[in-house]
Amino acid sequence: MARFVVRRLLLLVPILLGLSILLFAWVRALPGSTANSLLGERGTPETIAAVERLYGLDQPIAVQYWKYLKQSATFDLGTSAQTRRPVTDEMVRLFPGTIELTAVALVIAVGVGVPLGYFAARRYGTWLDSGAIVGSLLGVTIPVFFLGFLLKYVFAIKLGWLPTAGRSDQRILGVDHPTGFYVLDGFITGNLAAAWDAFKHLVLPALALATIPLAIITRITRASVLDVVHEDYVRTAEAKGLLASTITRRHILRNALLPVVTIIGLQLGLLLSGAILTETVFVFNGVGKFVADSIRFRDYAVIQGFILVFAVIYVVVNLLVDIAYGLVDPRVRVR
Amino acid sequence: MSLSEAEARVDTAVAAEDVGGSLLKEAWRRLRRDPVAITGGAMVALFVLVAVIGPWLAPYGPSDRAGAVTPTMIPGPSSQFWFGLDDLGRDELSRVILGARQSLLVGVVSLVLGMIGGLTLGVLAGALGGWVDSLIMRIIDIVLAVPGLLFAIGVAAALGRSLQSVMIAIAVVNVPIFARLLRGQMLSQREADYVSAATSVGLRRRVVVFRHILPNSISPVIVQGTLTLATAIIDAAGLAFLGLGGTDPSVPEWGRMLADSQDYLSGAIHLAIFPGLAIVFAALGFTLFGERLREALDPKYRR
Amino acid sequence: MSAVARTWTGRSGPTSLLEVRDLEVIFTRRGRRDVRAVDGVSFSVDAGETVGIVGESGSGKSITSLAVMGLLPNRGCDVSGSIRFDGTDLRTLSRDQMRDIRGRDIAMVFQDPMTSLNPVVTIGKQVAEVLERHRGMARERARVEAAGLLEQVGIPDPQRRLTDYPHQLSGGMRQRALIAMALACRPRLLIADEPTTALDVTIQAQILELLKQLVAEAGTALIMITHDLGVVAGLCDRVHVMYSGRIVEAADRHPLFAAPRHPYTGGLLASIPRLDSARGAPLTPIPGSPTDTLPWARGCAFAPRCPNVQDDCLRTAPVLEPLPEQGGRELRCYHPLPAPVAVEAVTP
Repeated sequence: MARFVVRRLLLLVPILLGLSILLFAWVRALPGSTANSLLGERGTPETIAAVERLYGLDQPIAVQYWKYLKQSATFDLGTSAQTRRPVTDEMVRLFPGTIELTAVALVIAVGVGVPLGYFAARRYGTWLDSGAIVGSLLGVTIPVFFLGFLLKYVFAIKLGWLPTAGRSDQRILGVDHPTGFYVLDGFITGNLAAAWDAFKHLVLPALALATIPLAIITRITRASVLDVVHEDYVRTAEAKGLLASTITRRHILRNALLPVVTIIGLQLGLLLSGAILTETVFVFNGVGKFVADSIRFRDYAVIQGFILVFAVIYVVVNLLVDIAYGLVDPRVRVR
Repeated sequence: MSLSEAEARVDTAVAAEDVGGSLLKEAWRRLRRDPVAITGGAMVALFVLVAVIGPWLAPYGPSDRAGAVTPTMIPGPSSQFWFGLDDLGRDELSRVILGARQSLLVGVVSLVLGMIGGLTLGVLAGALGGWVDSLIMRIIDIVLAVPGLLFAIGVAAALGRSLQSVMIAIAVVNVPIFARLLRGQMLSQREADYVSAATSVGLRRRVVVFRHILPNSISPVIVQGTLTLATAIIDAAGLAFLGLGGTDPSVPEWGRMLADSQDYLSGAIHLAIFPGLAIVFAALGFTLFGERLREALDPKYRR
Repeated sequence: MSAVARTWTGRSGPTSLLEVRDLEVIFTRRGRRDVRAVDGVSFSVDAGETVGIVGESGSGKSITSLAVMGLLPNRGCDVSGSIRFDGTDLRTLSRDQMRDIRGRDIAMVFQDPMTSLNPVVTIGKQVAEVLERHRGMARERARVEAAGLLEQVGIPDPQRRLTDYPHQLSGGMRQRALIAMALACRPRLLIADEPTTALDVTIQAQILELLKQLVAEAGTALIMITHDLGVVAGLCDRVHVMYSGRIVEAADRHPLFAAPRHPYTGGLLASIPRLDSARGAPLTPIPGSPTDTLPWARGCAFAPRCPNVQDDCLRTAPVLEPLPEQGGRELRCYHPLPAPVAVEAVTP
């Protein structure tokens, strides 16, 4: 088992290295020289030369790359052109919001998707089944930002049940944010009104964000359960006269959910990308909105930094999922 | 036995295995009777038609001021303007119709580019194996390490704000899908009996690949192409929404129209609904058809 | 008809453990013709008796056993007739009641041991769960008992095997484990559907021996379903031969093998190489294939392939009739193979 983990970890290295090379090349490919992109249009030949010396840009490529690698490893990702603050600081400030959003979206996607897929499969050919198929089809073809608009319009603007934008209502006073996770902070500081308020701000964006993963998880679960239900070992379990609940739990689900575990890691990538769009629609101050703004402001340092961080997170999470799968499926684990 | 005689023998043996032709015919028969496939196909046809004849179909030009608007009073759908007017007084229906052209263009071009790149890499990796295969797979892993949209953003940002950069960005993101698909097909076909038969008779590897393995690998590629076209349209809209993509205001683009509608959500929701529905319509058509195509082409596919 | 009085009128009596009467299973599918998988089957099994059901694939033998177990799907499947187990018609029971009976009173072993076990649950657990379910054992006790059962079926080192997963066992071992699961609660009837077909030839003999021994020890009745007459010869007290959904011949073991009456049975026997046949003697397969059948509604289903076929065979289907013979033979044929030389009818 340990060997399995170490082997997977080692595979990570070339991928991350390759990624860093890719990003490094990417920055140099950006329109204008690097100095220009850092200075914007305000660079004069003298300041450009000075910046280049300052950032070591007049040194050979290999040296520059090595510096870049070192900097990234020590979490120095440059400075944001928009806010003039270190990219790393901005990330630390904004990530908790996105994590909250992503977490709620994942809970919705799995919490609704798995049961829906299961029941659609068990009631194959009924309205529920057809509904689930149609639903997941729509879920994948409706763009996240369009859905966000619709949800915002219906529930926030027209019905007024939920807030239209932001992470919290500015009018609630005396709010402390020790961790940056607004809902959690509300509980920690005993300010339940703040926690509830933060939660209400999460609902609509999380719903919009969850749609695509929800659709995919429903589909995969349904297909998997349909496969498993026809397997010989389920017939054996029936022949043993086991209770229906036992068969469902130990024989059907434990096998059917294995493929679902695998794709949960992939869903994270969709969630992170989708967050960029969703946070923009709901003016939700997380990492996603910051990246979207950076596109508009040509703040390349930010884009580069976030691509690197997102990639690392994504790769690590998928590794964890692989390991988890190894724990759950004995055929992989035991020799 | 001469080589050509041997080839002829293998051809007849392969014909029994080579289900390419008969499978397609069988699939077409099934599709013709499938209401979902027909619906999808009709939606695709309508989309393509509107995209092609758009300029002749639209009642107004993309920049024509068709009516008067004020910041607080933007007319919605009426008998005169079926989709209403936008914040600059332009006819929304015309803009949506003309936007179809952009979407189709970006979708098809990025799909084709992505397929060319991906299939080439896939064939190389599958046919040559060895270090070529490993290298190509590593590169693909690196590309896949970055979530799709983010990668596209990176590429598009680096290439500048234009339609071409969006097309290239989406193409690049789709390369891994096709590369893996074709490589997988080739690997599994390589083990097939008819390949052993062909090589044992002495056929050169290149011949085996091009004349036998590739035609058998086509159907999943066609299916994936259809489905990828749907996602390409959505991704293109997403990139446009974020500000990447063509900046010419006289060329309507559905994603950008959605972005522009953000400020007018409460007063003029129709500015968001019609472009949005158009995107869904186009993507749904391809997806429905592609899914049914997949089922029709796979002899074992029950669901 | 001989002057000797018929001594035998019906096969089943008040001692029958299982009594199947006029069982019919019809599969319906939208847009396609109905398939009469089982077309009027009647037989019985006494306590402790070993009965063989022989037939080719498509004869309906497996479906019959699934019907007895209540494992046929709800949709697309019409079942009629009666299945009396210990006096109770199983078809009148609720789903929950059938669940109680399965595994506890009637158990089944299936054909393919490679796919019949849950790959992500340990062998020990899969055996223990039967005990937990039907004998209400606590987990630990069930585990201990499971180890004992694994030993009984001849699995070496059973303690260690408890924590093994199915993919760590060979095919023969897996089938033994499945037999252990089936017999865990000492059911009174065991149905084995081609239990050795998927195994190596050498293992086949071992598994059959094991089954023979276990059912003898526990007094379990056994229904052995197979296409292989060789399996039946060494194992069964009584044999039913099925063709195209109906029983065409039924007899005790020795009379059947000594003198088959139905041409199909004769054909099956003739197509097996025998130790006592002359060297170089050709094998005689049954002409045609299982798909060359008539529906019973139009005559005898076997007619297209039958060496004795005549006009009346193509008009109406023959009925299953008892013959005046020791042990009681039933035959569904107008023109059977010649009767054995000396058959004594036993007077009551």
